[in-house]
Amino acid sequence: MVSDFAAVAVFLIVGVGFVLFTLLLSKIFRPSDPNPIKQSTYECGEEPFGPSWIQFNVRFYIFALMFVIFDVEAIFLFPWAIAYQSLGLFAFVEMLIFISILLFGLAYAWKKGLLKWY
Amino acid sequence: MDTFSLAFFVLAFLIVASAIFVVSSKNIFHSAIFLILALSGVAGLFVMLHAYFLAAAQVLIYVGAISVLMIFAVMLTSRIADKEIRHTNEQVGIGLLISGGLLAVILYSLYNTPFTISDQPIAEGAGMTLGRLLLTKFVLPFEVVSVLLLAALIGAIIIARRDTKTGDSVPPRPIPLPKSLQQAKGESES
Repeated sequence: MVSDFAAVAVFLIVGVGFVLFTLLLSKIFRPSDPNPIKQSTYECGEEPFGPSWIQFNVRFYIFALMFVIFDVEAIFLFPWAIAYQSLGLFAFVEMLIFISILLFGLAYAWKKGLLKWY
Repeated sequence: MDTFSLAFFVLAFLIVASAIFVVSSKNIFHSAIFLILALSGVAGLFVMLHAYFLAAAQVLIYVGAISVLMIFAVMLTSRIADKEIRHTNEQVGIGLLISGGLLAVILYSLYNTPFTISDQPIAEGAGMTLGRLLLTKFVLPFEVVSVLLLAALIGAIIIARRDTKTGDSVPPRPIPLPKSLQQAKGESES
């Protein structure tokens, strides 16, 4: 089964190689003539000012936190899905309980207005 | 050198090199990106050890979720990219000493441990076995995991909500006007 991952290795090598090859190719063929106006950030004709690094809304963080929790839930779906065929209804009910316990968390977040963007 | 060793050394080089970039990079955002690379390499090592479920968990949770959390934390923190804040370690000497000592201890114990190699074939289809065990023998711990996740979610919401309230009341950092605009402003006022 490790040999199945040879396909993954091929994908990685082709993916990284393609990007590097294309960048190298464009570096060889493009004319290099930098000037300050060309190197400035293009902002729809407006003159750019200030740093590009701004502080994002803290509200994003709660969505990231909830994503982590449901991501951990999702990882448990994989062994369940593999064993589902041989276990049948019993496994279905168990996963239903598992997910419905976590749904309380989602309902709590919803009730507290964390899913609202205002 | 066979393909297996080659893959191992490529992965090991990737992990160590990106881990060094994580601690030595001047920009904390670049550190986070290199951490993702290092964690992906660890997922590759798990695949080579036939631990496919662990590899999937590594990619989904560490590469997917934990790194998102860290990048969000970096992006949500104001002034973190400013030049005057140093995020490299100032105690490089002591750090090198301690990590070198740890490496020595690990190498010493590795060389002095008689590793027995099992002649049993590696069990294929471990995901199937894992799923069956989770849903039959270890069904109670499996459901308790759900309760644990629920507790973590509610705790995170309560802590983060307090931060959100105070975070919204802090006014955003004023963006300095460019020189050309400042001059134009001064001329119009005079």
